[in-house]
Amino acid sequence: MAKTNMATTTDNKRDTIIEVKNVTKVFDGVTVVDDMNLAIKRGEFVTLLGPSGCGKTTLLRMIAGFETPTDGQIYVERTNVTEVPPYKRSINTVFQKYALFPHLNVYKNVAFGLKLKRIVVDAVDKQGKPILDKEGKQAKKTIKLTKQQIDDKVKYGLKMVGLDGYGGRDVSSLSGGQQQRVAIARALVCEPKVLLLDEPLGALDLKMRKEMQVELMRMHKELGITFVYVTHDQEEALTMSDTIVVIRDGVIQQVGTPKKIYDEPKNQYVADFIGESNILSGTMVADFRVQVEDKILPCSDKGFEKNEKVDLVIRPEDIEILPIEKAEVTALQGVVQISVFKGTYYEMEIKVGGYEFTVQNTVEQKIGSTVALKIDPNNIHIMKKDRVINEYKSEVIDEGVVEICGGNFECDTAGFEIGQEVIASFDFLATTLVDHEDNGTIGGFVANSLYKGKYYQVQVYTDDDQDIFVDTPDEWDIGDRIGITIKKDAIKLRLPDPQKDTHTGHPAEEAQSAPSSDEGEVAKQATNQPQDALAVSEDEI
Amino acid sequence: MKKRLFKFHRRSFTYPYLVVGLFFVVVPLLLILFYAFTNRQEQFSLSNLWEITSSKLTYKILADSILLAILTSLICLLIAYPLALLLSNAKFNRSKTIVLIFVIPMWVNFLLRTYALRELLSLFGVGIGYKAVLIGMVYDFFPFMLLPLYTTISSLDKSHMEAGCDLGASPIQNFFRVILPLSVPGIVSGVIMTFMPALSTFAINDLLGDARLYLFGNWINDYYSELWNFAGALAFVMLVFVALLMLGMGRLNRTENKASAL
Repeated sequence: MAKTNMATTTDNKRDTIIEVKNVTKVFDGVTVVDDMNLAIKRGEFVTLLGPSGCGKTTLLRMIAGFETPTDGQIYVERTNVTEVPPYKRSINTVFQKYALFPHLNVYKNVAFGLKLKRIVVDAVDKQGKPILDKEGKQAKKTIKLTKQQIDDKVKYGLKMVGLDGYGGRDVSSLSGGQQQRVAIARALVCEPKVLLLDEPLGALDLKMRKEMQVELMRMHKELGITFVYVTHDQEEALTMSDTIVVIRDGVIQQVGTPKKIYDEPKNQYVADFIGESNILSGTMVADFRVQVEDKILPCSDKGFEKNEKVDLVIRPEDIEILPIEKAEVTALQGVVQISVFKGTYYEMEIKVGGYEFTVQNTVEQKIGSTVALKIDPNNIHIMKKDRVINEYKSEVIDEGVVEICGGNFECDTAGFEIGQEVIASFDFLATTLVDHEDNGTIGGFVANSLYKGKYYQVQVYTDDDQDIFVDTPDEWDIGDRIGITIKKDAIKLRLPDPQKDTHTGHPAEEAQSAPSSDEGEVAKQATNQPQDALAVSEDEI
Repeated sequence: MKKRLFKFHRRSFTYPYLVVGLFFVVVPLLLILFYAFTNRQEQFSLSNLWEITSSKLTYKILADSILLAILTSLICLLIAYPLALLLSNAKFNRSKTIVLIFVIPMWVNFLLRTYALRELLSLFGVGIGYKAVLIGMVYDFFPFMLLPLYTTISSLDKSHMEAGCDLGASPIQNFFRVILPLSVPGIVSGVIMTFMPALSTFAINDLLGDARLYLFGNWINDYYSELWNFAGALAFVMLVFVALLMLGMGRLNRTENKASAL
């Protein structure tokens, strides 16, 4: 058993072309990439997906060699290239804004890399006999490509991207799509082991983008080169990739095939980012049984603690609508609020108890009618909650006053002395957000806002480097500066538990590195596991 | 009902400039033309031009002037280019004060600067002569070379350099294949801005030169007080020469696909 495992590991190793090991990048004190581990297999089309500023481009630039990691190593074919400059790496990049040389025409742009390329060949004398070195082995020499070779490759490259005959054109006379094609040809003719693409289609219009997506997939298939593609467009990622790496706040959230990521998102951020979804709060009352509102739904997950609070993800297209008479008594029942025609289906808002479900169906339901919702147990995806309560290391600074996240909050301090270190906790509903920072006890930025069926879960990043989770009926704009108040009665204090709280008492470290701090299963899996586990093996598809 | 004599348009703001341009550019040019093509009796005559173009001396003076101007531009370029490259790197020039250091001399009248330079040079044992004139010219026109170069190089798109590096160009190859070709517009501007004034200067030669060096500028300067017609013809010859040069430079610049030169 152990032997087979080892064999698989070596096989995987051989197959791995790029390995990112514990890579961290800090810019001016801001951690952009946080202890990332990733293995990319040879020949794969891998997409780094995440919102802007999540660190995906920085990771790509580190693989290309434009940035040096603050910490960690990058391997290409098991060689450590962390300190190797870009021009010595057999990796080429397609830049977001093309970066074509304006002083060269199309042909010369594509030939740029080829003119610099040196190849190693067997040395031969004038009669064509091989020259041997001192040890009697075949001597090698480094030569340039001949003009003919360059010409052949440039013409092949331009043909590959559908621009044959454009060689003499000025790059500024080309359209955006054509410029992008030249940039791709310029990188591909160098025959890199890995092609990096940094949001290459970002500047193109929708129609052009769709066309280029298909072209890129074709090229990937034809050439067999490993593609590493950066995008914030989840649809693009789902369409093109063999493997998607979802990144948020510099941390890998999930690695998997598009299908796996869509069907089994590891946490609410992945679920929210990929496709449309209903994210709800529920309770696991037993294995395969989850309670939402007052209904108990069958699901396909088990292994949670009894009555553990969980998040549910249900895709809008996975909800069936049944006439109320035909449904079982236990089914969810709701009233249709809104119905919008979206071309091939209707998107409806159906209110079930306090929750609003988004449902996509080809059959329209009358607004105001009561319907039953049927969800296949396999289509309910259960995820562990990131955090169920806000908990911070604090200090009692006066009678009835405790300092949390740099602010002084009133609360019941009976039984605690002034100056004592305590753990303060309060649930997500205890916090109120106010528009003006001055009206709150402390200020912060809205880092994330997620609709959970009947309320928004807002993550506020405080000036003290902490995250506070708030459940609120209102939507708050990400990036806004807001004030925070906490209800007096809601703050519970307890003494720090030396064993447990060295770990979780100060969520700051973890909240920053991994958004899922207390029960950061996902983040821990993504960052701490050996890199081989991250390369998606075939059986996971 | 009064009829308005003058209606105010946005265009009206240009009228003062029109007047200034007319009196200080067009009229002097016409005067030069008038004197160049007339004799003392204010009759049409080509004799001045003929005298200039047929004299061997003219070509010697012109050649000396051109040589000095070329040397000045070249030395300025060789000093300014690496400096501009260095200054455009944010690491070395965080607060842009270093650029200021090179520009501040421009705030002082250039005659005063040249006087000061003469004293400085004699302090270091460099007497008046060709060497001193050359140093003076480089010193006086250096900022005109540095500024366009600095502007062009610091506005170069970083992604082009990254692309070069990505495609296998070492830093040196990247310089010759990407940075240098892309900074040609700055070089052309800089050369024009130093070469043109260097070609027609006479004050620096007066202050730092000895009698052996006689420049085209000196020639015009020596005649304009007495023989206006001859000086006018000299100025005309220089004007035509400079115009041809500008045309050539402009073409060179256009082929480089940029149009930021002056």
